[in-house]
Amino acid sequence: MPVTVRTFATSGEAAAALSSERDARYLGGGTLVMRALNEGDVSLSTIVRATDGALTRLDISGSRITIGAGITFARVLAERELSFLHPVAASIGGPAVRNMGTVGGNLFAPAPFGDFTVALLALDATVALQGGYGAREVGLEEFLATRARQAAGLVLSVSLQRPASPEAFRYRKIARIKPKGGAVMTIAAHVPASGGRVLSARIALGAMAPTAIRAKAAERALEGRALDATSIAAAAAAVTEGSSPVDDSLASAWYRREVAGVHLRRLLIGEP
Amino acid sequence: MAKTALQFRHNGRDVAVFVDGGANLLAVLRGVVGDMTPKFGCGQGGCGACTVLIDGEAHLSCLTLAEAVEGHSVETLAGIKDGPNLHPLQRAFMEHFAAQCGYCTPGMLMAAKALLDHNPAPTREDVVNAISGNICRCTGYEPIINAVLAAASGGRARA
Repeated sequence: MPVTVRTFATSGEAAAALSSERDARYLGGGTLVMRALNEGDVSLSTIVRATDGALTRLDISGSRITIGAGITFARVLAERELSFLHPVAASIGGPAVRNMGTVGGNLFAPAPFGDFTVALLALDATVALQGGYGAREVGLEEFLATRARQAAGLVLSVSLQRPASPEAFRYRKIARIKPKGGAVMTIAAHVPASGGRVLSARIALGAMAPTAIRAKAAERALEGRALDATSIAAAAAAVTEGSSPVDDSLASAWYRREVAGVHLRRLLIGEP
Repeated sequence: MAKTALQFRHNGRDVAVFVDGGANLLAVLRGVVGDMTPKFGCGQGGCGACTVLIDGEAHLSCLTLAEAVEGHSVETLAGIKDGPNLHPLQRAFMEHFAAQCGYCTPGMLMAAKALLDHNPAPTREDVVNAISGNICRCTGYEPIINAVLAAASGGRARA
């Protein structure tokens, strides 16, 4: 069924169009919205696009990085300053998907997709949203919690602090097919250490709930302790608290819960 | 519903067509332009059979909004041979038995071409990564990897 395509020069106009039409969806790289169209999703009657250059802006000059929503994973991989995110971007799709898929779109990818968002959640990213009435900044955790009932708005960019040190940020995607496959689960952890103790640990899980979630019980198990066998075992034992994985073609919910602690342990001890 | 006018470069030639709202590039290439080389596999971005190059980069044409290629250059398998001469990748695919049923082959060739255009001397791992978004259900990955490596070294190497 043909849909109406509305292309705007500015993100403001696109956001206004999105908030005025209930069945409108924003088209980024196409890997979610075009897929929905190909599957015959009739809930979608209007596609909104924006050619605004601001959406593909990358600000890496300061300690806080801002990545435009329209930045593709291929672009992330081409940017040396974003090397801590290279393992994340490289774990998504094949080259064609990485040339198309965007950082902004990834925030809306349903499980088992959305690996980049898992990393952003561990890095405490914020999301800049343009609504019909203006722009605002929300924490990624809040954004994800309200994603399903999000009042129409347009994601402009995400911002995040660089990891405290290269070894403070860890990422692992567990897939059955390599190098490209959907996630059995995705784990990202930011575990900055001060004086040998973990401070402000953040652990994020993908494919363990409808959206990326934080494993807060595991974070608490590490907080203020040395990253050693005891604290890691406590974190691994607590990692599934609050998770709600589903059975899908990649893994059963039971299996996901069963192996989450194993993979968190491997991630934290640095086992390849 | 009104159609939208669309102009783009297709294998080095300018084409001007009218497309339905929301039509994907694959449907326009096959149904309007008449280029049957890109294939429809899954429509979800999972198989790579529809891979084309847009401005030299591999894209999935089934997930590309046709209107988004306005003014851009689209290259498909139909455009890679030089007159009567097959592209080195096509020759290598024949010599290395890299096609069985052939359905994945156009996508494989375009993914491989994107790789060799950027990296004329890839490692085996580079090739595996380059075709990782392309599924072959005849399980012909080894001969395909060998063919791409052979094409990269001018057909001399026998990997």
